[in-house]
Amino acid sequence: MSSSTATANRGRGPLVPLGARMWIRERPLVPLLFLLLGLIVTLELVRPGIVNATWLANTIKFAIPLAILAAAQTLAMLTGGIDLSVAAVASMAAYLVATQAPVHGPLVAVLIAFGAAALVGLVNGIGIGVFRVHPLIMTLAMTLVVGGVVTVYMLSVVTSGVRVPAELNWLSQQTAFGFLPHSLLLFVPLAALILLGLRRSGYGRLLYALGDNETAARLSGVRVWQVLIALYIVTALLAAVAGMLFAGLLNTASAQLVNGFLLPSVAAAVIGGTSIFGGRGGYAGSIVGAVILTVLSTLLQVLGMQEAVRQILYGAIILAVAAAYTRITEDG
Amino acid sequence: MTTEQVVQPANGLLLEATGIAKRYGAVHALRDASLSVLPGEVHALMGANGAGKSTLVKILTGAVHPDAGVIRVRGEVREVHSPAEARRTGLVSVYQEPAMVPDLTVGDNLRLTGTPLEPFLEMVAELGIGKLDLRRYARELPLAVLRVLDLARALAIKPDVVLLDEMTAALPADLTEKVLEVVGRQRESGRSVIFISHRLLEIAALCDRATVLRDGETVGVVDVTAGAEQRIVELMLGPVEGEGDSATERPRTAPAGGAREDEAPARLSVRKLAAGTHLHDVSFELHAGEVLGLAALEGQGQDELFDVLSGAARPTSGEVRVDGKSARFSHPADAIRRGIVLVPADRALGLLAQRSVRENIALPASAPPRRWGPIDMSGEQQRVQLAIERLQIDTRAQSEVQRLSGGNQQKVTIARWIAGGVRTLLCFDPTRGIDIRTKRQIYQLLRDLAEGGAAVLLYTSELDEIQRVCNRTVVIYRGRVVEEMPAAEADEPTLLRAAYGMPRGSQLPKQLAAEAAARAEVAT
Amino acid sequence: MTAVARPSGPLRDTRLMAALANAMRQDTWTIALVLLLVALLVLTRLINPNYGPFNVTSLAMAALPVALAAVAQAIAVISGGIDLSIGSVMALTSVTAATLFVGASPELSVGIVLAILLMGVVIGLINGSLIVLTRVPDIVVTLAMLFVWGGAALLVLNRPGGAVTPWLRELMTGSLLIDWLPRALVLLLTVVGLVWIPLRRSTLGLSIYAIGSNRLAAFRSGVNVGRTRIAAYAFTGLFAAAGGLALTAATGIGSPIPGPYLLLSVAAVVLGGVSLAGGQGGLLGPIIAVFILALIRADLTFLGVNPNYAEVIQGAIMVLVVMFGAYVTLRRRRRA
Repeated sequence: MSSSTATANRGRGPLVPLGARMWIRERPLVPLLFLLLGLIVTLELVRPGIVNATWLANTIKFAIPLAILAAAQTLAMLTGGIDLSVAAVASMAAYLVATQAPVHGPLVAVLIAFGAAALVGLVNGIGIGVFRVHPLIMTLAMTLVVGGVVTVYMLSVVTSGVRVPAELNWLSQQTAFGFLPHSLLLFVPLAALILLGLRRSGYGRLLYALGDNETAARLSGVRVWQVLIALYIVTALLAAVAGMLFAGLLNTASAQLVNGFLLPSVAAAVIGGTSIFGGRGGYAGSIVGAVILTVLSTLLQVLGMQEAVRQILYGAIILAVAAAYTRITEDG
Repeated sequence: MTTEQVVQPANGLLLEATGIAKRYGAVHALRDASLSVLPGEVHALMGANGAGKSTLVKILTGAVHPDAGVIRVRGEVREVHSPAEARRTGLVSVYQEPAMVPDLTVGDNLRLTGTPLEPFLEMVAELGIGKLDLRRYARELPLAVLRVLDLARALAIKPDVVLLDEMTAALPADLTEKVLEVVGRQRESGRSVIFISHRLLEIAALCDRATVLRDGETVGVVDVTAGAEQRIVELMLGPVEGEGDSATERPRTAPAGGAREDEAPARLSVRKLAAGTHLHDVSFELHAGEVLGLAALEGQGQDELFDVLSGAARPTSGEVRVDGKSARFSHPADAIRRGIVLVPADRALGLLAQRSVRENIALPASAPPRRWGPIDMSGEQQRVQLAIERLQIDTRAQSEVQRLSGGNQQKVTIARWIAGGVRTLLCFDPTRGIDIRTKRQIYQLLRDLAEGGAAVLLYTSELDEIQRVCNRTVVIYRGRVVEEMPAAEADEPTLLRAAYGMPRGSQLPKQLAAEAAARAEVAT
Repeated sequence: MTAVARPSGPLRDTRLMAALANAMRQDTWTIALVLLLVALLVLTRLINPNYGPFNVTSLAMAALPVALAAVAQAIAVISGGIDLSIGSVMALTSVTAATLFVGASPELSVGIVLAILLMGVVIGLINGSLIVLTRVPDIVVTLAMLFVWGGAALLVLNRPGGAVTPWLRELMTGSLLIDWLPRALVLLLTVVGLVWIPLRRSTLGLSIYAIGSNRLAAFRSGVNVGRTRIAAYAFTGLFAAAGGLALTAATGIGSPIPGPYLLLSVAAVVLGGVSLAGGQGGLLGPIIAVFILALIRADLTFLGVNPNYAEVIQGAIMVLVVMFGAYVTLRRRRRA
């Protein structure tokens, strides 16, 4: 009876007992943490002894830049938007730092990268906020532009070479006490800022408000374009941070460095329970989502899956989690 | 599909629903609802907002499946799974939001539903829409026309039972009249109508029996005869609240308006304002301490007027002055900064449905960029709590506004502006589709706000509200002010005459006069 | 009192006039696109006086897979959805076709072509059913399926390879009747026309537009929303598979790595005047948009622009056009 999927019709017998669903609805993190635990247990069962300090450090190291990309995606998705240019911006920032640092020193290079990222975000924001271009289209088109510009730039600086500053390596590769990556120094305050900001700042409230009902927000005096321009500048800056961490982690930089993490960044936010239509969700889920994806990727590698099977499983799991989440949070 | 002859079932009932229950999450929308409809009757379904009318309608038409209960059509048990299936069993519904697909032409909308053209066009003519281009896209037509077309489409297939949900809510008086006429005629051919309306007068004029719902249960079935309205109201309100409220129902004597007019410049002064295609030349003054009523038929320029005053649209000519100083708004934020705030009729325009009552009420506070920083959580909590108490908002389901009843939702859109202290309030038909109890609370609130020094501009499609709430009223016809008078003089016949653009003292068309007289009779 | 009854504006326009006005209002965007395409062709001739039939046919051939992808995406978007897995589906159908074509006789390869198209329909049915059954948003489901179909393509063929049956290649190479009419274009219009024109006039076609426009109104009008969504995705799958076949025919092999077709298809759909909100637009606009984008690229090459700059310029043009389109819609809405 496929007609029952119409929005008008939510009247199906519940698959999960109602009380349990309400409980989970209020605490969407709980099942995600169980899923994460399950994956870790499976990993340990498949290869006993793998879950140790080194593994933990590696997982955190790779999860952090992904979680930062996912932060950008989460903020955009809360307003009902999406930022598909995060990967291109992250690659650009990484490449700028790696090529400018040898010339101007790491600090100036980082500032240049942030400046370029903010510029891309500004253009995105103007397109989306002022001209009302659909975010999907605007950021997709900017991906093309940014990718092209970086490639052109790449050809022009081919002589000066690419060298990732040692400071970035220290930040994203090295660990304290063998299991605490230095990147936590950056990530913990950043995540705290986002988590608190979404709940207890006027700007955070507006992101939810725009995603829920833009007209209502405008009638309440919100100038939507201001919020959106600020938003896409913030997402571009977050992407730049993630790009630099990736560069430090992989010790290289190129115009395509981060491209493979674009869809995972969306997936992390989706798994984390942020609605792609806006108005509902939060960053805590996205962080867990990023960790889940990282552990999952390790697990599939350990299982010796070939690339093809890994991709298929990856897709299936995103879908399964999203479906489960939909069932749990939907109205009775 | 179409049954020309209605077969008489054993117990004489055309449609019978018993023991219907439906739960959404923790909320019981329906506990034990029943409804029985005889062939050839117009049956009213009544209840305060949140009583479960809409849910029962959705269940009858297959849009929602009940958790319990039985539906019999002509004595046979039916399980209806979709509106299409309900249509095949002879039950068609006209919803509050028209089921016309906006991006299809009217003609394609008819094809989509397999509606025969000839009967449809006959119906359209009967319903008083003179000229209809089937190639027009539904999105280009005004809401009132869409609703009438929706009704024509439903009646065109000659259903056994047609279900009308607040059919007259957004209609201008002339169309309302036609609709009631056509609906009443249904019974001549043995067909039945389930009629949902908040307007007791319509019920009294049109219906044979009324089923009253309260808190998801059927609490009574009333034969609509003289004096039945009182009984219906009692049933709707429940045993306790009924007595207290009926005292406040009497029109209050309008306080002497204009006492402070000469001292300060008008809070809001509109001169020769024109905007869009409907608003041509409107001037009036709104003073602190008064509720100014605005009466008009549908589409006389009141929408454009409110858009301009609230900053959502720019005027093509004319002037708006706030506290004596000229004002040009290019965004609602500009209007809000000058103390002018809007309560829209359509709650879908005003609410963050998935967010909490608190976030909805606190929304305007975060709007300007200088307020984007950290929120003073305890201060906000206090302000919100005050507004909630002042408006008596039922906060049992406050984590998501969409779980509140319609009346409570409307209160939230008002509370948003009360929380920040209100100077000038623009209310566009704030009581549309709201139950009697909440309406009265809103009237009282508007009066209190005015007495506290606020200026209130109230457009209403229910003319009796002018005398209940306002000090003065202006009437707009074809984009121009045609009449301005103290509320004491603004009884319904006078307003109606002015709203039709007829000079004072002229004769109303016969039917209208009779209708107005009937209303006056019921009101006294 | 009501708009239809109000005697505002001239009442004398005849039925024909009204129909014409209606068509103009609906198709302004398409007409503008045609004019833009013509202007670009003239410009191309000016830049490169040697630009001739040969260039046109090769342009059409190269644009064919993109155009089919755009058509596929347009149908999904009109129904109120979006298909992010289009590139992967094209890769999967392309490698499957290329693998099957190896050593196949011309007769057998007719069967293969049909089988691949059927495969596309099945893939679409799977995508659509998953969306309807899981009740997860289209964009998330097709994102997940992007990985699934991409992985499947890798399973079929690990690296670029395979072959193509000669007649399929000939079907889209060269020109027909006159030099300036590329076969690829004729093929495209035939395939799309054969499916789309009957569909557009059927109740199913109306239903696809209806669910894209307003799902609740469609449901209340008796449309089976779920089944219609699945059907729309089946058509999307069909055209994506056709795109995959065109890709194999154009390159002579199958490649498991998805090309930039997702991005290009969405760009063409938007440029082509199909509202991302669903319910509006047609297939002609996106097809013209594909050729406009391809011509711009060709012109930049003729002008001797570094291909990397060409990408920047193409992206920038896309941004500007889309901004302009959004601005025009915004103005129109304000006036209304």
